[in-house]
Amino acid sequence: MPLRLAFAVGFLALALLAALQPWLRFVLTLALATGLAVLGIMMLLRAGQVSFGHALYVAVGAYTIAFARPQLDDVLLLLAAAVLAAVVAGILVGLFVSRYRDIFFGMLNLAFSMVVYSLLEKLYWLTRGTDGIRVARPRLFGVALEGARYEWALFALALVCVAIAAALVARYLRAPAGEALSALKTRETRLEFAGVSARRVLFQAYVVSAGLAGLGGGITALATLHVTPLLVYWTHSGELVFVAILGGTANVLGPFLGAVVFELVRVHAAAAFPDAWQMILGLVLLGIVLLAARGLVGLLEELGRWWGRRV
Amino acid sequence: MELLLLLALLDGLAYAAQLFMVAVGLTLVFGVLKILNVAHGSLFAIGAYSASTLAALAGTPWLSLLALALAALAVGAIAGPSIERGLLARIYDKEQVLQLLLTFALFMILEDVQKLVWGVQPVFEDAPVRALGPVVVGGIVYTAYQLILLPGLAVVCLLFLVWFLRRTVTGRMILAVAHDREAAEAIGIDSRRIYLLAFTIGAGLAALGGALAAPTTSLVPGVGVQTIVLSFAVVATAGLGQIEGAAATALLVGLGRSFAVYFAPELEVVVPYLLMVIVLVLRPSGLFGGRELRRI
Repeated sequence: MPLRLAFAVGFLALALLAALQPWLRFVLTLALATGLAVLGIMMLLRAGQVSFGHALYVAVGAYTIAFARPQLDDVLLLLAAAVLAAVVAGILVGLFVSRYRDIFFGMLNLAFSMVVYSLLEKLYWLTRGTDGIRVARPRLFGVALEGARYEWALFALALVCVAIAAALVARYLRAPAGEALSALKTRETRLEFAGVSARRVLFQAYVVSAGLAGLGGGITALATLHVTPLLVYWTHSGELVFVAILGGTANVLGPFLGAVVFELVRVHAAAAFPDAWQMILGLVLLGIVLLAARGLVGLLEELGRWWGRRV
Repeated sequence: MELLLLLALLDGLAYAAQLFMVAVGLTLVFGVLKILNVAHGSLFAIGAYSASTLAALAGTPWLSLLALALAALAVGAIAGPSIERGLLARIYDKEQVLQLLLTFALFMILEDVQKLVWGVQPVFEDAPVRALGPVVVGGIVYTAYQLILLPGLAVVCLLFLVWFLRRTVTGRMILAVAHDREAAEAIGIDSRRIYLLAFTIGAGLAALGGALAAPTTSLVPGVGVQTIVLSFAVVATAGLGQIEGAAATALLVGLGRSFAVYFAPELEVVVPYLLMVIVLVLRPSGLFGGRELRRI
């Protein structure tokens, strides 16, 4: 099934779900936001690198909206500010971490995110600590929307963002810069023999992934209208990595498929086992890693092949 | 002012000793297995919680000191082999990203195991500290536990490890495998056994670090992640796989942090990472690490 068709079917299914179950609108908006952040992680995974701190950029996007909200009263402007701030943060950290691979890459990202977590928690005068900051509901194109209409608008906006981001990233992955990412995973030295700077390839992807996470964080903040330091806690970064592995890195559909499944399961499971949620995630992750499975997308492909053989 | 300086110095020393215990385990495991065990922080936390529980059961203060050692030994002896044989042994030949994800998954699991067993309320048991009483240094009353026992054990631990690795046959076999696994196997060393041994020692050191730290702070969920991030900072600053380097860096980070506590409290959490970033920008393989050869 071509990717575009899969996305179209997916969007229709989500819209249908959101129309049938009003409370799912909120959940699905969050799922799409998570998917955007995971899309960035998936790009890095294609380069064989895993970031245990990408929630940092989700939080940068979300807190940018919280800080900018008193001055800005427009959903689109706020989202643009969130992406911009995340890209700037991504450039600053990326210049440093793009020198490293594997263990260092993953752990340095974790270290940066945990430093930011401590700062968000400690600088009470600026961030109100663990209480977080409330975000007043902004207008969209100058129109003040209430309740359900705001939720619908945000859900639609998230779908548009996902469509654009997925199309752009799919192009990126097919372009030389994207192909170089997989080359970086297989053998970095050969990439450099070909005259391509491995560091620059990773840096570019890193900044793009930061921007995507910032966009996801922005949508999350606009949906929940409340930001807290938990956004950047390691468990959140861990969830993003989890969803990326769950969805699979074969194509751009994986992150969103993974995110929707993840959020729908979480709504039920996290309430039932609040203290064992991480453990369940860990066990599933362990299973995927040990069985070297290719995530949900891989599962879908297997299913498609099986179906093809039967017909 | 002088009193404050001395206090910062003593705090830093006690803190560095704790930091070294857990960081040296991480660096040892990495040096031999070439795997960064993200769950190392969880082993520290589990060691700490078990030590608190056992120390509370011990009854008398002196027995509670023994309980700390017992708890560390038990956690190391149970968790070490079961993790190495059950999980790590399956992925030595896989890509590094999968190895990282595996230990990360283990970390996620163990963090919740901790919550399920010990709950989310702070746990505090300082009987071992009371057992040793106070000491007075330059007009400052300090606990003997933190000022004498912890740094003393850290030094003993360092000397023992250096002696064990360089002067005993088993230790030299560990070094041989760390240096070149294939060559070591060619001369008849069973690298599977060495991996098991090195990981178990590493896990034991993490648990011991936790057990020794337990009486000085109250334990809350999240202590595991703090530990792994901080000990990674120490190990990375020193250079992965460096044992003496880890000791020197732990001292540097410990002192840096305690001076920040007294003279620039807002910077307290940032100091270790600031140190790490500065060192890594100037020397990408750490203060004591050698340059790694690139393979084509």
